[in-house]
Amino acid sequence: MFRSIVAAALVAGLALVGGTAGTARAEGDAPHPPHQKWSFDGVFGTYDRAAMQRGFQVYKEVCAACHGVKHLYFRDLAQIGYSEDQVKGIAAQVQVTDGPNDSGEMFQRPARPSDPIPGPFANDQAARAANNGALPVDLSLIAKARVSGPDYVFALLTGYKDPPAGVKMNPNMYFNEYYPGHQIAMPPPLNPDQVKYADGTPGSVPQMARDLVSFLAWAAEPTLEERHRAGFKVILFLIVVTGVFYAAKRKIWSRIQH
Amino acid sequence: MAVSQPGVPAGSSSTPASLPGSGHGRLVRWIDHRLPVISFLEHELTAYPTPVNLNYWWNFGSLAGIILVIMIVTGVVLAMHYTPHASLAFDSVERIMRDVNYGWLLRYVHMNGASMFFLIVYIHMFRGLYYGSYKYPRELLWILGVVILLLMMATAFLGYVLPWGQMSYWAATVITNMFSAVPLVGDSIVTLLWGGFTVGNPTLNRFYSLHYVLPFVIVAVVGLHLVALHQHGSNNPLGIERRGPQDSIPFHPYYTIKDMFGLSVFLIVFAVFVFYLPNFLGHPDNYIPANPMVTPPHIVPEWYFLPFYAILRSVPDKLLGVVLMFGAVLILFLVPWLDTSPVRSARFRPVYRWVSWLLPADAIVLGWVGANPPSGAFVVIGQIATFYYFFHFLILMPLLGKIERPRPLPISIGAAVLAAGPPVPAAAPMERR
Repeated sequence: MFRSIVAAALVAGLALVGGTAGTARAEGDAPHPPHQKWSFDGVFGTYDRAAMQRGFQVYKEVCAACHGVKHLYFRDLAQIGYSEDQVKGIAAQVQVTDGPNDSGEMFQRPARPSDPIPGPFANDQAARAANNGALPVDLSLIAKARVSGPDYVFALLTGYKDPPAGVKMNPNMYFNEYYPGHQIAMPPPLNPDQVKYADGTPGSVPQMARDLVSFLAWAAEPTLEERHRAGFKVILFLIVVTGVFYAAKRKIWSRIQH
Repeated sequence: MAVSQPGVPAGSSSTPASLPGSGHGRLVRWIDHRLPVISFLEHELTAYPTPVNLNYWWNFGSLAGIILVIMIVTGVVLAMHYTPHASLAFDSVERIMRDVNYGWLLRYVHMNGASMFFLIVYIHMFRGLYYGSYKYPRELLWILGVVILLLMMATAFLGYVLPWGQMSYWAATVITNMFSAVPLVGDSIVTLLWGGFTVGNPTLNRFYSLHYVLPFVIVAVVGLHLVALHQHGSNNPLGIERRGPQDSIPFHPYYTIKDMFGLSVFLIVFAVFVFYLPNFLGHPDNYIPANPMVTPPHIVPEWYFLPFYAILRSVPDKLLGVVLMFGAVLILFLVPWLDTSPVRSARFRPVYRWVSWLLPADAIVLGWVGANPPSGAFVVIGQIATFYYFFHFLILMPLLGKIERPRPLPISIGAAVLAAGPPVPAAAPMERR
């Protein structure tokens, strides 16, 4: 009994070390983002299709001016609840470069579902030139590439404030409570009613931020729902198998004194 | 203290192949007469005499073997989809996650499998330390195990570089730079590791090649580990050799079913990580593509390297830090001779029984220090914990063996088991002696 307690404590300790390893880079003076409830949390967590579609609208109308989502293809949008025709329509609104054609020329054509969603800039240099030297990051993985990613993105989008007295802001920088160092080159991206939602949801800043996070969380981990479903079945199966093996072990070992 | 036991077949590979029993058909006998694989398996797996009293700590050896196979199988399939090029590697991993059928599963199993492998092997090693499994005649068995640990560490580091995220890149930079501490040839070694003058595409290519080949070297050393194991058989919680047939049971079905039970319990833990906490043990920065121009605020290795990382950072001198870090692993080679106690099992060692737990506790402290920035109290705690780590092996182990008075050992495993009586589990009364 004693040994199993110590063993459990040991495992807990290792988990703790693993956990602190994860939080070790909570950077500098930025506070930890407050925890939000997300539909994709937990064992049965799934993505909220309506929120993701609203979030995609926010991305398209606001973020896409500066940020790409280069790991997403138009075809992926079917996963957030758009029909095949809707995906074709969304793709066709965007011109992409294709080629070379038979005469060796590159040419423009409407995008197809099989195309990656193009970013706003041709290269990083062009992006910096258009943004006072700052590079807008690609957003495909942002929800996984920060500590407590979804909470962080939400906190950042809603964390713009006037700088406290005594804080000297660098030119073209904005004060944000949750950004490491508090000085961020991105202007406050969301303003009330900036996006007119098709489903009539009021476009408050927290609402748009939440919807955008739902979209970006899916963009970073599109297989989460499949993973959650499979995990439940796998673990259920393993529990049954464990029970069977335990019974078999008891039975077999009852033949001898041990 | 160990002598050959009458009645218990101790030899392994040198035993001439005997024809398998009458249960086999003509084809099997025909094959076995020419290629004695069947009788080999019967001898080494089915009939293999094993101490009757192994507890669940003994499950971790076979678990380690199974996770090695899982890593190789998932790794080989991942390699079919991965592109080892500095400008394509990160995106190819994302393609695996998004577009390869069950690619997310393969990658998360492989990624978390590395952590599970280390967790299992660390527990396996602690069991060896607690029950004195490295003592005569199993010194080489232990040493081969430490060789496996070193190969695992190299393989895990090389594999961590392959996704070419920020932590991959900067871990590669930090770790390879440690070799520059070697006097005279240090810089040449680093250039050789990099294949250039900085971590870049040639580095990724050679790391990929080595990451693919080293696991097969591990398999070979595991083979030797098993040969050494089967020469004298498993140690056991009492730490006394088997004296006769009454001390042993055939491996199959007793330990096959016990290992299967242990495996399925382990797979539940593994599945919880893979399906519900796949990135818990990882670092978010590794989802940012490698960028030589931007250094992450804190470069931290995976959790299984944190204690060693803490040792490295607790010494202000670079060379000494590197020496101590490698020394922390290499010192394990000497354990069979550092432990001077005539008794194997900590069960009969009233002091070491408690002291042995201080080592994993110290490792957890070191891991905690390694996960945090090296400033303030962490520096001091790290230095104390580093000191204790070496004190444990170099001073406590030799000293305790000399001054501690062990409790009397049971006459035989069988006697101890019989004395325990049927209704009570065998282990508990032994502990109270």
